[in-house]
Amino acid sequence: MVEGIVFSGLHDDAIPELTRERTMASLPFACRYRLIDFPLSTLVNAGITNVYVIAQRNYQSLTDHLGSGKDWDLARRSGGLRIMTPYISAFAGNAMAKFNSRLEALKTISNAVFSMTGDYVVLADCDGICNINLNDMIDQHARSGADITIAVKKVNVTPERGERSVIIESDETGRITGALVRPSRIAGSHDINLNIWVVSRRYLQSMLHDALSKGLTSMSRDFLCRNAAYAKYMIYRYEGYYASLTSLQDYYASSMGLLSSNEDRNSIFNVKNRPIITKVRNSTPTKYSDGAVVKNSLIADGCVIEGTVENSLLFRGVHVGKNTVIRNSILFQDTYTGNSVSLDCVIADKNVVIRDYRKLSGYETLPFCIGKGKMV
Amino acid sequence: MFRKKECVAMLLAGGQGSRLYALTETTAKPAVPFGGKYRIIDFPLSNCVNSGIDTVGVLTQYQPLVLNEYIGNGQPWDLDRTAGGVTVLPPYQAKDGADWYKGTANAIYQNLNFINRYEPDYVLILSGDHIYNMDYSKMLDYHKEHNADCTIAVINVPLSEASRFGIMYTDEEERITEFVEKPKEPKSTKASMGIYIFGRKLLEKFLIMDAKDPSSENDFGKNIIPAMLASGARMFAYKFEGYWKDVGTIDSLWEANMDLLGDNPAFNLHDRRFKVYSRNDARQPQFIGKQATVLNSLITEGCEIYGTVVNSVLFSGVYVAPGAVVRDSVIFSDSMIMGGSIVDYSMLDHDVVVGTGAVVGTKKAKGRKITVIGAQNSIDPGMEIKEGAMIYPPNNITNEEEDQ
Repeated sequence: MVEGIVFSGLHDDAIPELTRERTMASLPFACRYRLIDFPLSTLVNAGITNVYVIAQRNYQSLTDHLGSGKDWDLARRSGGLRIMTPYISAFAGNAMAKFNSRLEALKTISNAVFSMTGDYVVLADCDGICNINLNDMIDQHARSGADITIAVKKVNVTPERGERSVIIESDETGRITGALVRPSRIAGSHDINLNIWVVSRRYLQSMLHDALSKGLTSMSRDFLCRNAAYAKYMIYRYEGYYASLTSLQDYYASSMGLLSSNEDRNSIFNVKNRPIITKVRNSTPTKYSDGAVVKNSLIADGCVIEGTVENSLLFRGVHVGKNTVIRNSILFQDTYTGNSVSLDCVIADKNVVIRDYRKLSGYETLPFCIGKGKMV
Repeated sequence: MFRKKECVAMLLAGGQGSRLYALTETTAKPAVPFGGKYRIIDFPLSNCVNSGIDTVGVLTQYQPLVLNEYIGNGQPWDLDRTAGGVTVLPPYQAKDGADWYKGTANAIYQNLNFINRYEPDYVLILSGDHIYNMDYSKMLDYHKEHNADCTIAVINVPLSEASRFGIMYTDEEERITEFVEKPKEPKSTKASMGIYIFGRKLLEKFLIMDAKDPSSENDFGKNIIPAMLASGARMFAYKFEGYWKDVGTIDSLWEANMDLLGDNPAFNLHDRRFKVYSRNDARQPQFIGKQATVLNSLITEGCEIYGTVVNSVLFSGVYVAPGAVVRDSVIFSDSMIMGGSIVDYSMLDHDVVVGTGAVVGTKKAKGRKITVIGAQNSIDPGMEIKEGAMIYPPNNITNEEEDQ
């Protein structure tokens, strides 16, 4: 049996423009999804039905999204979805309630970790988009007898990207020899950590014991770098589509990338037996009026389109008024644009209202962000 | 343990829908898809939930697989309850013999034990063949205000069409004085919508009487209502104003789909005050390609549109290739319209493939007939399917030229 732990908010500072009022896990992506849908669907598609989601800050939108977990088939009598809210004791010592790393987060649910009984535990963050075959990765982990297996993807790392990534170094057998945590001035082709790990359950428990007794705080620093020679850490090479969302520019570029490549889009959303599951909102079909002009756009259900939409992503329930032109933009759930509006390179957060005749524009490298519920 | 409920709804969903021909070949009529992401039964079920009725019995008989699967545990309608919820009620074998449901009244009669477990004061009888949004709680209030034994929802129809319906004659207080099923010369335009509220005890009495009568057709319209009227029961007509459409024929089903389109649609699905719930699976957002043209249409998640779609309703996962044209048509889930083909004034069931350059139907015009392609058919490249054709699902292909 395999259990799963999803870290919902370890990267909340990556896209401050959009995570001011929500945790990273509930960041909307690709018209109808939230970031947590990707790791959660990956787990469920691998038959893992015991899933802990560790929440910390701003997690109301997350609990609202997950509900009882029934959309993911995780509303179970035994096991299922458990949302682990911050652990704050009435007694002294709330140091653990705040955490910044996976290891610290695990300390706050140590009781749950120590009561796990399965063979393996999958750890996943909410900071990237991929649709990985987890069963294949777990098989490799079991066959190799590793303590930890880390999913990596070889990418061309730029110095800016390097500063936001963990680079995994391994030998020709795939055994990890070290890790570079947010290195500066690095460039070239490197394996980056996708933050999807398979850990043997007993090893996870022993790491946690160690961490609790010695006050260790970082898996990468205290285990990956220090213990690589003694323990068996392996890489799992993932070749498919992966988008890491470490900044607003990343977010915008990855979203737009879905429009330019059918192949990328299908490799996430159209994989047989591995659907990305999300909360059902019961939206109506999207209605295109007689005056609609829609080109190269990804559109969720529940929209009403009376104007022009090009190279854009519309989330559920967006209204596009008459003579309105929307280009290169991302409009979150229930954005309402009036008539004769013009938007170019704009990201509008949930429930934004843009009144008639407003013209707004940003630039590809710096899209113009409109906060949740604002009226223009 | 069963908690008492004020009102239990019984939804008659056993109908075959024989006038939908190829579309109901393997599916019961209530499970026929409608409006891009719904099935007909979503409307009465959502109405129940929106009216605060949380206990619904669904009576199934004809081709129940898809319907049963679709209803499941009732979760999409919030009808997965500990007390009440949705219960599928198929015909069963009893100690004194096994019977199919012989008529609408007989179906309810055979399930009196289901109703009685909840000790409801009222029983709401619904059918699964109409598209409408209605708040049944208002009708129930009306029933109580009038201290009625039975309340029947009615809608005004044009006098010219009244002979197709069960017609109510009422006095000035809306009390029903006479009921005629499909009158030749109607003098009233109040048509029964097939929605009844009964006091439970009285309904039970009449159902038992009806079951003992071997000459009865065991039908609400033909037997129960006339018998109640003859007994002098207090029966009232409840006027419904709003959209209501029987979708029992190919033409009316197509029309009802088209009624959802336009700036001021006859039936507005986008009215957020009255939500219609349905079972959806996880599909990616719809993608509209660079060369695509989409006008006056409803399109659902999972669709990929690279060609032209005009005045049409597309269900989830439909693929329209570059250069393909879909006009005035309704296309069910996962069908593929390949490059250069034309689909005009047609209804395509799920998983139909229209090959490259094929032509299905003819441009809509007065007097033209709708073309229907049954599920999982493949139309060969370049093939022409003439106007009004009715192609049944594979293994059962006949060229029916029946009048629709």
